[in-house]
Amino acid sequence: MARAVLLALTAAMFMPTAAFAAEGGGHVSPSVYEFMVFVIAVFVGYYVVWSVTPALHTPLMSVTNAISSVIVVGALLAVGVSLTASDSAVAKIFGFLALTMASVNIFGGFLVTNRMLSMYKKKDAPVKKDG
Amino acid sequence: MSANVAALFYLAAGVLFILALRGLSSPATSRRGNLFGMVGMTIAILTTLGLAAPTATSWILILLGLGIGGFIGAKTAREIPMTMMPELIAAFHSLVGLAAVFVAASALYAPSAFGILADPANPALGIKGGSLFEMALGVAIGAITFTGSVIAFAKLSGRMSGKPILLPMRHAINAALGLLLVFVIYSFIQSAGSAWLFWLIVFLSLLIGVLIIIPIGGADMPVVISMLNSYSGWAAAGIGFTLGNIALIITGALVGSSGAILSYIMCKGMNRQFLSVIAGGFGGETAGAAAGGGEQKPVKLGSAEDAAYVLKNAAKVIIVPGYGMAVAQAQHALREMADALKKAGVEVKYAIHPVAGRMPGHMNVLLAEANVPYDEVFELEDINSEFSQADAVYVIGANDVVNPAAEEDKTSPIYGMPVLQVWKAGTVFFNKRSLASGYAGIDNPVFYRDNTVMVLGDAKKMTEEIVKALAH
Repeated sequence: MARAVLLALTAAMFMPTAAFAAEGGGHVSPSVYEFMVFVIAVFVGYYVVWSVTPALHTPLMSVTNAISSVIVVGALLAVGVSLTASDSAVAKIFGFLALTMASVNIFGGFLVTNRMLSMYKKKDAPVKKDG
Repeated sequence: MSANVAALFYLAAGVLFILALRGLSSPATSRRGNLFGMVGMTIAILTTLGLAAPTATSWILILLGLGIGGFIGAKTAREIPMTMMPELIAAFHSLVGLAAVFVAASALYAPSAFGILADPANPALGIKGGSLFEMALGVAIGAITFTGSVIAFAKLSGRMSGKPILLPMRHAINAALGLLLVFVIYSFIQSAGSAWLFWLIVFLSLLIGVLIIIPIGGADMPVVISMLNSYSGWAAAGIGFTLGNIALIITGALVGSSGAILSYIMCKGMNRQFLSVIAGGFGGETAGAAAGGGEQKPVKLGSAEDAAYVLKNAAKVIIVPGYGMAVAQAQHALREMADALKKAGVEVKYAIHPVAGRMPGHMNVLLAEANVPYDEVFELEDINSEFSQADAVYVIGANDVVNPAAEEDKTSPIYGMPVLQVWKAGTVFFNKRSLASGYAGIDNPVFYRDNTVMVLGDAKKMTEEIVKALAH
């Protein structure tokens, strides 16, 4: 199964080659650099997440949800679209909706993660025996 | 702000997010890690505001959006009970998916502002192919994440039955829809950005999201939520490529990997193949011959007093919590029971199975909420060898995760799944509401062993009665 996944990943990495090949010239296009960052980030993610202790898997889910709301960046750009462009009102509205949703996740995600993490305490003192 | 400076700030945000995840390697470093995450997000938002330089009207919209969303998010985070964590996570994922769809839509309708036109001097030529490909991926995965998470939310919150909903020929339907989606995406790219093809992609993806989650049974939800967690990351990455935004690309990769790893761990914990879980149809139905009807084999029934007596006089007790404890909200009573035992000089440990509950780490967070010290809580690999040294075990709301059939019975549907070997202890006190079968629909041989005493009843009530009995 792991082998199949690795093969699929390797194949998937070659798919964008067709798209990139179309952009000509001797310089490396920014899309290729972005793809490189993506690949390395996947590896980093793999090693970092395996180091997360199972006791904290639930906060892991809530914090990854919070950081995936960095899509707010796209929403902010959309809301900031200048009204001179055509269809920009549509873009602004979609941007506003996305911004609101992402904000719920950002505040909700980080705060609920913090709330959970502050619940984890160690034994504070050795247990006294009775009698 | 120049594009180069902005890109470096986005990189800083990405690095802080990596550190946030790294902080979760132990509870001691975790809160600081979360703080790093918050700082990273703040940097990303401020950088974007610096780049976009919004007009006054835009500022109003931005502050309004942040304010409304922030208020709802903060209020929810403050008030939600920990037992509702699985459905909350599912609901949050759905918001990320939908946000991805809306951001992609904005990029479609205002491509010049996002810098994705094929030829900025000639907007009629439409959007460039590479951007359309990235946008299509982002929006398709986002839409699937949205509806998939909504269904997961409905199942987890009880608004929808946990039983798998199996449409006739569902694999053929899903495959056909998948192929259709690929074709529409291809056409979308060829069309240089046709709006109606975009919305067709959205519609098909929304539908696929529903269809792939409804056949999955309620207790396979840990895998489903992890998978949707992963998808929300890939959707963000897709949008990140479309916008050429490094923070989104790094974050998408991190979240995507995280969800994938959690899905893998959950599947290993159930000893089921990921594809078989996704194909659905497992569990939740009334079971086969093994459970329910027919002769009742003899079981030893006990009372809270019986349990209290044995537990009090044990040197070492291991507690095994399961989903039943979460449903009954018995974690606080459980901790009181453990405190009473510790006062009486008993060593108390908790054993957590990776798929106990409805979400990875579910039991740990409920125990933490009940003030159980995390150094008394152990994962399966670390504690399984200690059951033979335990005088007594208290199983509360768990069933399939302590079923020896997984080790002994090759014909069992759970054969091969790692389980907690509770039967090796001196006495096992098994709390369940009744003798009915668990999620997998199979009988548990532990009920009938000589060293097992069934203490039937609601998990919270039974535990509270044991606490009372311990006080005598």
